[in-house]
Amino acid sequence: MTTTSAFESVIGEFDPIIGLETHIELGTNSKMFCSCSAEFGGDPNTHVCPVCLGLPGSMPVVNRAAVESTIRMGLALNCSIASWCRFARKNYFYPDMPKDYQISQYDEPLCFDGYLDVTVVTDDGPQIFRVEIERVHMEEDTGKLTHAGGAGRIHGATHSLVDYNRAGIPLIEVVTKPITGTGRYAPEVAKAYVAELRDLMRALGVSDVRMEEGSLRCDVNVSLSRDGEPWGTRTETKNVNSLRSVERAVRSEMLRQADQLRSGERIIQETRHFHEETGDTTSGRSKEQAEDYRYFPEPDLVPVAPSAEWIEQLRTTLPEVPSVRRVRLRDSWGISDFEMQSLVNAGALNLIESTINAGVSEQAARKWWTGEFSRIAKERDCELEDLSVTPADILEVEILIASGDLTDKIARTVFEGVLAGDGSVTAVIDARGLKVVSDDGALLAAIEQALAEQPDVAEKIKSGKIQAAGAIVGAVMKLTKGQADAAKVRALLFEQLGVTE
Amino acid sequence: MHLGRLARLELTESEVDHYTEQLGQILGAIEAISDVAADDIPPTSHPIPVVNVYREDVALPGLDREDFAVGAPAWEDDRFLVPRILDEPA
Repeated sequence: MTTTSAFESVIGEFDPIIGLETHIELGTNSKMFCSCSAEFGGDPNTHVCPVCLGLPGSMPVVNRAAVESTIRMGLALNCSIASWCRFARKNYFYPDMPKDYQISQYDEPLCFDGYLDVTVVTDDGPQIFRVEIERVHMEEDTGKLTHAGGAGRIHGATHSLVDYNRAGIPLIEVVTKPITGTGRYAPEVAKAYVAELRDLMRALGVSDVRMEEGSLRCDVNVSLSRDGEPWGTRTETKNVNSLRSVERAVRSEMLRQADQLRSGERIIQETRHFHEETGDTTSGRSKEQAEDYRYFPEPDLVPVAPSAEWIEQLRTTLPEVPSVRRVRLRDSWGISDFEMQSLVNAGALNLIESTINAGVSEQAARKWWTGEFSRIAKERDCELEDLSVTPADILEVEILIASGDLTDKIARTVFEGVLAGDGSVTAVIDARGLKVVSDDGALLAAIEQALAEQPDVAEKIKSGKIQAAGAIVGAVMKLTKGQADAAKVRALLFEQLGVTE
Repeated sequence: MHLGRLARLELTESEVDHYTEQLGQILGAIEAISDVAADDIPPTSHPIPVVNVYREDVALPGLDREDFAVGAPAWEDDRFLVPRILDEPA
């Protein structure tokens, strides 16, 4: 990694200013402005009607649940809620919307002026960064394009195919104010913010936020300034769709802009594309000419004017916010702030809690998720929650460990199999014959073989040097392919040799 | 010209003249409104003073694909086929 020192030198010379625009699909039953199913996927063009196909004469009607979800999200983000606001048409030419405009909100967002505190582990321990929220507004998602020819990319495509199932699914857009003063922690703050936003949405139950299905998408703004100088020109990196990518996108854009500035070039205000494979961004369209979306109030919809009573009633439905929940869990598990923050950063908190809820002990749940599973996730370069292991699997394994059918070591092999897609816990155990060899006869045979192979060690043990037993136990474990309980082997060995420990 | 570009319409010079005159008339008609609009009348985006019209969040079946596919200019693999988006050689 050459980037560590390169990054340090960027920090020495520049201050990053970041901003995030996050789109999240709401988990409503129906779409934003029509009654079509808002379920993910489905056969192409089967969740569509005259409204979301933009057929002439069709009229949109606002989904009450979507407004409620947005207000609740706004309240959870400490926002003010507009007493009166409107939808607006955002006009543009792109076939992902059949109407040639997207219904969004423009200068009258439903929620505005809030904040979200996020915690990042710094060299001085966990530190809270306040991310100010500019606005939270409602809009509709667009259809899905598949580009034909040209290797599936828009460049070089011969034509494109459109599925409008997604068009009209309620989206909320959360826009931060420029985030300053994060210095070297800018990439981590950006990631922590998106993670916190995701957890908040889940806690509110307004979206299950399946990032792999694209239900949370981020646009990441980055600019650099030299000490005391005005903010530099910003770039906007579009469609950054995983937590890890948010962090990488900020970091790589900081490095790229610093390189440009040092060589005397200027930063062009533009849209950039993020590449998952390399972690780099490349230039998209230039934004030097501001796009003219010709926003105007949507004439087919009437204003949204939530009453104070409605807002207060919704306020009573807010759940425990994630930061409060973390303090509660930290105290209940008896761990330190630092340990808690590591769990959060590793994306392990919810997984550990649901594992405990499934019946696994707190300690075992923490051990598996922060140990073996974290290691595997790192190896695979993925998030913990993407691993195909469930709390039920862990419970099953823990029960087998408790009954002596599995050792910790064999359990790890079992999970390796489960995570490799070899089937359920039981299937992996059966297929690989992974059970503790508890049959005394088999163990005694292995012990005898090991003793015969190392007669000198046998003599040592007999003469009282019991620390030599390790060599025999090790040999037995090898002979049983690690499927023996070491403590039991030890006991049998001493029994065999007539030695007492 | 600017409007033509915004609307992605390819207009000939004589068409531009033609529409400029027509749009001038429309703008003139709108202008008439400002003669009667007083400062004490707030602008509205909707003729009827109604707010909060909502539907309940219930999913209902939409259209049958076969019914609207026949109306599409082009159709392939159960999806709408649209021409190349980026105007550059493949």
